[in-house]
Amino acid sequence: MIGYIKKATIAGSIAVLSLALGGCEIGPKQSDQLGYRGTGMNQVNNPRLKIPAAVIPAKPYDLPADLGPLSSVSYKNVQVLGNVRTEEFNLLMAQMNQWIAPPEQGCNYCHNPENMASDEKYTKVVARRMLQMTQQINSRWSNHVKQTGVTCYTCHRGNAVPANIWAVKPGSINPSTITGNKFGQNAPDIDVSYASLPNNAFSTYFQGKSQIRVASDSRLPSPNHVVSTKDAEKTYGLMMHMSTGLGVNCTFCHNTDSFRSWPNSRPQRVTAYYGIRMVRDVNEGYINGLASVMPAHRKGPLGDPYKVNCLTCHQGQNKPLGGVSMISMAPSLKGPVGPPAGMEPAPAAAAPAEDGAAAAPAVAAAAVSGAPASTGPKKSTPAH
Amino acid sequence: MAQYQNIFTQVQLRGPAEMGPDLPKGSFPRIGNPGFAWLLGKIGNAQIGPIYLGGLGTASLLCGIIAFEIIGLNMFASVGWDPVQFVRQLFWLSLEPPGPEWGFRAMVPLNEGGWFIITGFFFSASVLLWWARTYLRARELGMGTHVSWAFLSAIWLMAVLGFIRPMMMGSWAEAVPYGIFPHLDWTAAFSIRYGNLFYNPFHCLSIVFLYGSTLLFAMHGATILAVGRYGGEREIEQITDRGTASERAALFWRWTMGFNATMESIHRWAWWFAVLTTLSGGIGILLTGTVVDNWYLWAMQHGYAPSYPTTGVVDPATLPGATP
Repeated sequence: MIGYIKKATIAGSIAVLSLALGGCEIGPKQSDQLGYRGTGMNQVNNPRLKIPAAVIPAKPYDLPADLGPLSSVSYKNVQVLGNVRTEEFNLLMAQMNQWIAPPEQGCNYCHNPENMASDEKYTKVVARRMLQMTQQINSRWSNHVKQTGVTCYTCHRGNAVPANIWAVKPGSINPSTITGNKFGQNAPDIDVSYASLPNNAFSTYFQGKSQIRVASDSRLPSPNHVVSTKDAEKTYGLMMHMSTGLGVNCTFCHNTDSFRSWPNSRPQRVTAYYGIRMVRDVNEGYINGLASVMPAHRKGPLGDPYKVNCLTCHQGQNKPLGGVSMISMAPSLKGPVGPPAGMEPAPAAAAPAEDGAAAAPAVAAAAVSGAPASTGPKKSTPAH
Repeated sequence: MAQYQNIFTQVQLRGPAEMGPDLPKGSFPRIGNPGFAWLLGKIGNAQIGPIYLGGLGTASLLCGIIAFEIIGLNMFASVGWDPVQFVRQLFWLSLEPPGPEWGFRAMVPLNEGGWFIITGFFFSASVLLWWARTYLRARELGMGTHVSWAFLSAIWLMAVLGFIRPMMMGSWAEAVPYGIFPHLDWTAAFSIRYGNLFYNPFHCLSIVFLYGSTLLFAMHGATILAVGRYGGEREIEQITDRGTASERAALFWRWTMGFNATMESIHRWAWWFAVLTTLSGGIGILLTGTVVDNWYLWAMQHGYAPSYPTTGVVDPATLPGATP
C-alpha cells in the first residue's frame, strides 16, 4: 500500500511538473535594460527563438544607363507611375513579379498578356492601389517608417497575399443568442496571444477612430472620462497583438508604473502611435475601398477585404525585415514628399479617399500603373 | 511520544466514531455514516462524517448549485454545446456581465447579461446563507462567532467586486466576469483602466495583510510543530496553563527577535491579518472609479509614487495638427 502510494505520488509529481512547465522555454535568456534602473523595463529575448535575418531578394537586373522616356509615353493606361522613366518602371514591374506574383503565373497574374494596359484583371486594379498605398506610407508616414521605408516585399515576402492579414470576425454580430456566441472574446485566439481578452480589436482600432486610451488624465472621476473596464480589456487585447507582432514586451514602449504617461514612455511608443494611425489609413483609405473589386475569396466572412495589422509587416520583429531598407532598390515607391500624415497643419489627416479611384491626396504626382508585372494566385490564406 | 518532525500528521485516532451531542428537537438530522480514511488522516481527522446540513446548509447548497449550473451552461452554450470544445476551452470560457449600455438596471435580456445578474443573486444568496450557517453552528456549539465574522470580511470583498461597486458606478459592466482566465484578464484591465492599482493605498494594505498572513501562518505553524514534542499542539490549554512547550516557544522568539506573541495573541494576529486582507482590499476596490479615477496620478499628487527622469517623449496627440 505504502509503496503504491509512493509510486503514485512520484508519477503524479512528474506529470504535474511537466504540465506546469510544458509552456516554459528552457535555457538562458538575454535580458536588455531599456529604461531607468529599477523600473523593470527589460526586453527579454530567447536567443534560440531569434528570427533569422531576412533573405532580401537580389535586384532582378541593373538599370541600363539610358532610362528611356517617361513610362506614360511608352505605355498606355499608366495612372500612378507615369512620371517614372520607362526602364525604372520596367524594373519595378520585374520586382513586383519577384516579390509578389506566383511564379507559375508571373506577369499574367495581373496582366492580360494580349493587352498589358487592360484593367480587366482585378489583381491589376488592386496592385495599382497598393502602389499608391506604398507611396503614401513612404511619403506621408515617415513618422512611422522613418527613412527605412517599405516596399511590396515588406509585407508580401514572395506571397501574392501577405501571410498575416485580418478581416472582421463574425462572432459578436448577433447578440440575441448565447449559443456558439462568445461575444468576441474568451477564446484562445492568437490575435490576443491566446488570452481570453476581446479578440476583435482589429475591427475596432485598426479602422475608424476609436479611442485606445483608457486610463484617465485626471486623478478624480469626471463625466468627461467615462470608460468601462470592458474598454480596457479591448485595448489590452490590441496591445497583446502589438506585443506579439513586434516580438517585444510591454516595457519596450511603456513604463508600467503608468501605461498612460508619455514622459515615462520610450520614444518607440510614439513610433507605435503613428503606426496605429498608419494602419488605419491603409485599411480605410486603401483596402476597404477595394471591396467592390476583390473577389469573394479575397474577403473575410463578412465581405470586407483582408486588411493589415502590425504583424503584416513586422512579422515578429520590432523592425520589419530586421530593419533592412529596400527602398533604394525601388525608389519610385517613395512617392512624393509632403508633410507627414498624422500631423498636418489644418486639414484632417487620416481621411484619404475611400476607394481606389479617389484616393491618395498626396499621391498627385507620381503614378504608377500597369505594365508588366505579375502573377498568380496563391490561395488566400484566410486570417486565422 | 509523537515527534512531529515529519511532513504529514503521525497520529490517527481509531475507535467508535464520535457522533456529537444530540440535536434539539425539530432539527434536521446529521447525515452520513461516519467512517475512517487513513489518507485523510494524514492531513486531518481521519473520521469522515456525519455532517449537519440543516435548512441553511441545504438552501445554501441549492443556491450555489444553481449559480454554478448557470455559469457552466452559459459556458457550454458559448461553444455551441460541443463537449470537446467545452473541455478544451474551459479555462477561457466565461459568463460576462452586461455591457456598459445596460447601466445598472435590474432587468437585462438574459443573453446579454441577464444570466450574469441572476447568477450573482444566487451566488450571493448561497454565500450569505452559508455565512448564517457558520454563525448558527458556532452558537449551537457554544463557540464564539469568530469564524463567521472572518468569513464576512471575505464576503465583503466579493460583494464590492460584484455588486456594490458596479451599483455605485451605475454599470454592471464594472463587475468581474465568471471565468478562469477572464477574471484574471479583468483584473489586469481593471488596474490599467484605473491607472495602476498598485498605487491604491488600500491595495497596498491588503497586500501587506495577505503576505503578512502567510508569514504569520508559517511562523506559528512552525513554532507549534517545533514544540510538539512537549505537547505544544494543545495550544489553547496552554493559554491559561502554560507548560514547557509554550515557555520554549515564547523564549525562542523573544531570544530571536526580542518580542514574542503569546498563545492567545498569536491567534488574534492571525485572525486580524486575515480579516484585514479582504476588508482593506474591498475598501480599495470600492474607492476605485468612484472616488479616484487614476491611482498613479493620485499617488503622484500625494508624493508617494516615485518619479523618474523624463524620457523627453511628448504625447503626439498634443502636437499641433494631431489626428485622433
